[in-house]
Order: sequence, then C-alpha cells, then structure tokens
Amino acid sequence: MKGSHLGEFEEIVLLTIASLMDEAYSVNIVEEIGQSTGRQTKLGVVHAVLNRLEDKGMINSELGEPTKERGGRRKRFFHISHAGKVALLQSKEQRDSLWKAIPDVVFEGLK
Amino acid sequence: MSKSSQDPPKWMNRILEFYCKPHLLEDLQGDLHEYYAQNLSKGRFKANLIFLLDVMKFFRPYTVKQPKIFVRMTFFNLFGTYFKTSLRNLKRHKLFSTINVVSLAISMSVGILMITYLSGLLGYDHFHDKKDRIYRILTHYQSVTSDSPTDLASTSVYIGQKLQEEYQGIEELVILRRGLDEDLTIGDKTISAYGFYASESFFEIFSFRLKDGASATALENPYSLVLTENTAEKLFQDKNPVGEILVLDDKNYTVTGVMENIPEASHMQFEFLASFSTAVQEERAKESTYFFEWNNVWMNHVYVLLPEGQSSDALQNQLDRIAATENAGRERYTITMELENILAINPGRDLSNQISSVVSWDVIYQLLALTIIVLLSACFNYTNLSIARSLRRSKEVGVRKVVGASRNQVFLQFIFEAVIIALIALFVAFGLFLIIKPEFINLIMEGPSTLMQFQWLHLIYFLAFAIFIGVIAGFLPSLFLSKLKAISIFKDASQVKFLKGMSLRRALIIFQFSLSMAFIMGATIAYRQFNYALNFDLGFTTENILNVDLKGNDSELLINELRKIPEVTKISRSALIPSAGSVYSEEVKYKDPLDSAVVYINHVDSAYLGVHNFKLLAGTTFPYDLKKDEDTKFVIIDERLRERFAFESPQSAIGESLRINRRSGDFKVEIVGVIDSYQYTTIQSIPEPTLLFQGKQKSTYYLNLAIRTENIGELMDKLEAAWSKVDPIHPFEATFFDESIASAYGEYKVMFRIFTFLAFLAVSIASMGLLGMAVFTTETRMKEISVRKVMGASESNLVYLLSRSFMFMLLTAALIAVPATYALFEQVILDDYVNRISIGFLEIVPGTLGIILLGLLTISWQTRKAARTNPAEMLRND
Repeated sequence: MKGSHLGEFEEIVLLTIASLMDEAYSVNIVEEIGQSTGRQTKLGVVHAVLNRLEDKGMINSELGEPTKERGGRRKRFFHISHAGKVALLQSKEQRDSLWKAIPDVVFEGLK
Repeated sequence: MSKSSQDPPKWMNRILEFYCKPHLLEDLQGDLHEYYAQNLSKGRFKANLIFLLDVMKFFRPYTVKQPKIFVRMTFFNLFGTYFKTSLRNLKRHKLFSTINVVSLAISMSVGILMITYLSGLLGYDHFHDKKDRIYRILTHYQSVTSDSPTDLASTSVYIGQKLQEEYQGIEELVILRRGLDEDLTIGDKTISAYGFYASESFFEIFSFRLKDGASATALENPYSLVLTENTAEKLFQDKNPVGEILVLDDKNYTVTGVMENIPEASHMQFEFLASFSTAVQEERAKESTYFFEWNNVWMNHVYVLLPEGQSSDALQNQLDRIAATENAGRERYTITMELENILAINPGRDLSNQISSVVSWDVIYQLLALTIIVLLSACFNYTNLSIARSLRRSKEVGVRKVVGASRNQVFLQFIFEAVIIALIALFVAFGLFLIIKPEFINLIMEGPSTLMQFQWLHLIYFLAFAIFIGVIAGFLPSLFLSKLKAISIFKDASQVKFLKGMSLRRALIIFQFSLSMAFIMGATIAYRQFNYALNFDLGFTTENILNVDLKGNDSELLINELRKIPEVTKISRSALIPSAGSVYSEEVKYKDPLDSAVVYINHVDSAYLGVHNFKLLAGTTFPYDLKKDEDTKFVIIDERLRERFAFESPQSAIGESLRINRRSGDFKVEIVGVIDSYQYTTIQSIPEPTLLFQGKQKSTYYLNLAIRTENIGELMDKLEAAWSKVDPIHPFEATFFDESIASAYGEYKVMFRIFTFLAFLAVSIASMGLLGMAVFTTETRMKEISVRKVMGASESNLVYLLSRSFMFMLLTAALIAVPATYALFEQVILDDYVNRISIGFLEIVPGTLGIILLGLLTISWQTRKAARTNPAEMLRND
C-alpha cells in the first residue's frame, strides 16, 4: 500500500462520498462528480478508484436493498472510514498551509 | 428514467459473470444495468453496444478472478505436504532410501544410455527433405539349392535402367554402385578413399548439398568425380578443386563438384562419388554383359523418388510384373523385389550387402530386452522394500484417511514419493551414464561418434523416463497402502495383512538372484571360450610373427629393405592371414572331371612354411619363387585334401596334378608337398581341405616377418623407416599374428564384456534388494530375537534362524539359474560352434557360489548385528 497519500482524483471521489452521506453508490458518485466539478467521468474509472480506496482502507462498503432498475441487484453503498477522514483532513491542512504561505501579491488582479 | 423491464442480452452478462470476481459481480452488474436502462432511450442497439463495451472495459486485473487451476490450489498444497513427508521419510530411513536410489540409479543409467542411443539411431536419414518419398529397391534372391531366400539391400542395374526407361510413375531414380575403394592421386599426392558410382539424379533425390559445381550435371559425364569437403581438403587444401584432374585407377577423372560432408546420421557413408556413366562406359567396352543382367544383384543400389502424394503400391506392382516376366524360363533362381522407405533403413532389417553398415532391429530388441530386465529388477527392489515397510507407514495413512484423504489422494501421495526417489536416482544415474557411455561407444560403434552427444531434448526424455519408472516402481506399494482402511489400522494393526505379498516378494528376490547367476555364468563361459579360441592349437606357429599389409607395393623391394634389419629373421609372403577370419576358396578337381571339391586357398611363397613352422609330411616347399608374370605351377596340399582325393599316402600325392576350376577354363597345377592339416578358418566353422598356391607378386598382399627382439618399439621404428623408403604415401600397417587372431574372436570378448557389465548391474541390484529385506526382517523380529536370547538361544542359533529363509531363496535361485543357463549356452549360443569348451564344473560353480556367498554375507551382516544386540535394550521400554 502506498499509505495515506491521496491522488487528486481519489481525493475528489472521497470528498464526493463524504458529501453524499448515505446515498453514495457508484452511479450516484459518477453523477455527483459530474455536477459538482463539471468533469465527465466514466463508471469504469470511478469503479477502479473505489476499489483502490477500499483496499487502502479509506472507505467501507455494504450492500443495500435490491432495486428494480438494476435488474433486481443490490447497490453497494460506500462510507468514508476514519482513515479516509484523516487523509482528507491531512490533505486539506497541507493545502491550507501552502495557501497561507503564498503572499497576496501573487494573485493580484485575479481575485 | 424509463422503467423498462428489458434486460441486456444474456450472453453479455455471461461474459461478465465468467471473468468477474464474485464479490464484485453483483454490484458491478447492477451498475451496468442501471446505465443500460438509461441508455435504452438512445435505442436498444446502442444500449446493447455500450453495455458490451463496458463489459469489455471492466476486464481489469482487480476485477478478474483467478483461473480455475489456482482455485484448485488445495490440490497443489497437498502436493506440498506430500513433498515434505516424502523428504522426511527419505531422511529418516537413510539406508532404505540409499538402497532404493542407488539400485534405481544403476539401472536407470542403462535406461538413459539406451534412450540416447535410440534417439540417435531413430534420427537417421531425417535430414533428407524428401524422405517420405524416397524408397530403395530390395532384392530377395532365391536359389534352387537353398531353403530360404537371401535378402539383399542391393539390386540389379537392370531394374534401375528398366524403370528409368519404361516406367512413368516415378519422379527420379538413382543407381549407386558400391565398392570403389581406390587411391586418388593429384600430382605427387595420393590418398585412399571409399566411394560409390552414382547416376545423375543423386542430388535431386538426396539432400546432400553441393558446395561447388552444378548439382544437375555434376554426375552426368563419364569420368566425373564429386568429392566430399573432407576429401577435397585432404587433396587440395584451400584450393577450389572443381575442374581439376584426379587420377583414379590409372584413369583421369575431372572433379565436377564438392559436396558438404556426409552427416553421421546418414545410412550411406562415402568419401567421393564417381559418375555412374563411367561404370557403364567401362562395362560396355568389355565382352561380358553380366553387369547389365537381371541376376547381377550384388553390388548395385537403386533409390527412387515417388511423385508427391503417391503410394508405393503402383511401383511395387510394376516391380512384381517385371520380376514375373524375367523369372519365367529361369530355373536356377527366382528374384523378387521389394520397396523400402529410406527411414526404415537404419535401424532396419537384417539384410546382406548393405551400402554402409546398419544396425538391425534384432540388435536393438536384444539390447532393449536386457535393459528392461535390469530396469524391472530395480523396480522390483523398490516395490519389495516399500511393501515390506508399509507397516511403518500405515499409521500415517490412517491419520490421513481420518482427516479426509480419499483413496486416490493416498495413492497419488505414494506414487509421488516414488517419483521423487526416481528423480533423485536420475541425477545419480546421469553421472553413471557419463562414465559408461565411452565404454558403450567402444563396444557398439566403430570409432568416435557424435550420435550420442547430449542434447537438451534428451533431458525431457530422461525426466519423462524417470517419472515413468517412478510410477512403475511405486504402483504396487501405493495401491497396497491406499487400500488400507483407517478403522482396521487403528483397531488392531496386527490384523492388517502386511505379509500377504510375502511369497510374491520371495519370488522377486529369487528371480533377481537367478538373473545375477545367469549373467555371471554367461560372462565366465564367454571368457573361457575366448581363451580357448586364443590357445587353440592351429597346427602352425603364430608367435613373434608380424604381418605387414603390402598395400600394393612391390614385395621384392620391401623385402630387400627389411632384410637389412637384423631383428627380422625370416620373411615370407601370403595372400591372407589364416585363422583370423578371412577366407578364399576355389573348386579343385583331381582325375574325375565330375568330382570337384571346394578348397580353401592361400597364395604363399617358398619361405612361408618355414616362417610358420608348418609340418611337412612329404615333398618340399616350392622350389622357387615366381617372377612377375610367370604362372603358378605348383601347389602344396594338406592332409584333408589328400584324404579328399584319396591319395594313399602323402608321398604318393607328390608329383600328381590337380585342376583348378576357373571361369576361363581349367588350370593345371602340380603337387610338390603335403603338410599336416591346420586351422585355416576360425575355430567356429567346420574345417575344410586347404591348398597353398605358389604365390605371384600380384596375388600376395602380406609380408610375414618372423622377428626376434626385446624392444618392440625400436623395431617398429626401424620397420617404419624401411617402409617409408619404398612407400612414402601410405602409412605402415603391421599386426602381430596373435592380435589378428584375438580380434577375429572379438565377439567373445564383446559377449564377455556385456555379460560382465550386466552381471555387475544385476548383482548389485539384487544384493541391495536382499540387504533391504534382511534389514526389514531383522528389525521387525527384534523383540522375538531378544526374547529368544533371554531364554538362552546362542548367537549362531539366532543367525541361523534369521538367515534360513534367505538361504532357501538363494539356493532356489541357483537351482533355477544353473540348468537354465546351461541349456541356453549348450543348446543355443554355443551350439553352432565346432570347436568349443564344454560347460562344466569350472564354468558353473565359481560364479554361482560367489553369488550365494555374497548373498549370505549381505544377510549375515544384518543378522549378526541383530543377534548381538543386548536384549535388555530392546525389551526395557516395553
């Protein structure tokens, strides 16, 4: 395992799961990412990342109730785990400290 | 979202189900269905397509389940434990393991030797591209005077030419003629070489490649020669020989091509080819047309190339038709022909007149039979010891079965163990193989051979062979052990009938020892027959006589040179060396023109009788030696010929005339002397009358030097120096008379060596098996022995008790082996020999006794050890 390091897309997926709370399952996640970031992602990509995140222990999953539109198959719902939360916070702190270190002059005119 | 109940095609789902890990499947399939349902709005076809693409796209490392083989890992895990228990067992019972490994290794070394030999032999002639279509014509010559036809690898020029002219159903045909054993000369350089006459299509049919020259025309014109690379290099070094003129038998030949050297795996071996048109042209110039006749089937070989996709039946029918027409009206013989594919030549049938020497299947079968006997013997050992030891393994089997092992698994486990032992044995066997290989090559082949070189492919054969042997050896014990029932093992182990196979095991040991005794007796008999042949009284002296091959040199010149050497006491000349295997005969008549006798002939000079100390009964040796072109006038006959023509006494034969029956007419000679009969042929054949001709310069091929010296090496140097003054080209070749005789009886020597080797194998395997059995028996009877000892049995009592059954087995083996071997040698092997040893006490007893002693020693080693153990130690723990 690579440890707690998060890739950029992994972070987005993780954030999406966190924001979707109890409604986070693959198809939903894809849609949510599309709406909030404007990025058109494919199920395959998200699916692989979910699998990887679960391997890393950042998320847990459980199977829900069967629904009709899935041909009677159950959804797999994802929850962010403690490790996932820590990793997200770490990542945010790193960025925040970096942001703080940047003098305002750099972004003059853009804000 | 449309709530369509329509599902994507089932087969697409199945693809996903086929590869996807079960715990990911449901969710993923659900996701895809959801998308499918969304996509249905874009049309069913498009939705299907997207679904399929998605199914494909999800084929990723993390979704794909492991192949079935890995799912069956339990099976392999079991192999892991089998491996572990096998190794532990090997380590724990070091003696048994050593016995098993060594005896298997000894016999397997012979096995892999045979594999190497056979794979070399079976690869013969496979380098010909058109091998499937090349056939040669064999001839069966049935003469009215003989019972069975002579089978020949040769055939007539007639049939070759007839097919070429009249028959359309063949693509190419080549006629070869053997027997060009000639000197090739260019300038002052001469080498002797062996070759064939070959007709034009030689290179069309065979895949021998020409390096220089045009293959289509190289053998077209008379007096053309094609040399092999080696021959060309000997004659021309680096120069290109094409277009050069060579002298062969006083005639000029043009070199029209140089071909690559003949691969060793070719059934025909030669050093050069001369165009067949040469032979045709020379024969046409003669008066006789015998060369082209139907019944001249002795020196020629015809090979045909059939058109693609055609069977040989049509040509065979044509041959039968030709034979039928030709044989009609001939009374003395019938000739029939048969086609044989080139791949069937070596190893092949036992035929006369092979183009080059060939190994016959009979020889291979004999070798194979011996190998299998030796191998089986070692496998018996394994079987024997393993069954005997199964008592110790029964608990293990019981536990395995209780835990859930099936009968098949237990069976596999023990087979697996046997295979491991066989593989270890293979390792040892390979070392032994490297040691015996050169011996074998010496024994079987002439000269060094590349055919038996190790190839990596052999490794696969060897491994397969070892596994096979393991399975064979382990089969019976595995079957036995896997049949055991867990409940009976634990309930009362003594009820399991371990000793059920006892009589079978006894029989196996008896068989092994009979075999050992038979081989030892065979070796003794062969050795004594060899010595008998060497010491046979030939009727003349062979000691200190050196025979020098004249190689066509002027004998007068050479004799003059050799006379100068003081160690050479006497010199004579002869056409051949009697008693060493070569014979020459002619038909001789006395007065009655209808009564002719076949007589063995030698051409000798006047000094011959003196050099060899022949016993002259009447008359003298030849009064003078012949000058170059004089005709033979006198002969010396032996006692047998005198008796044949019924001369009253040796004296009365002197001055009488005999007529020699020759093609050109009778030829008259006068008897000047009568010698006592002597051994002309080797001692195996029936002695016939013999005759010594007054030899001519042209008819004598050897000088016989009587020598007296302490220092052979120095003398040889002197002789060689004298030789090179007369003949600087050919090497000096001289052989002691005794050596020539010894090599004529080489077959006994080969027989002796093979038997000795086999005896060694059989004895070591058998005694190891016996040792194993003895160890087992004493171990299982240790308690009994201890109790007996406590009760007062003496050491010798115990040894006797333990060895009794083994002694019985050894004696039974002797009882079987002695009469069987005696009968085999008396009735079969030595039966054809005229002069032979009679098999008696000395041939039978020492070998048999030796084996019995060895067996007893093996047993007593164990039994004495057992009898000496302190009974307290054995019984204390009970």
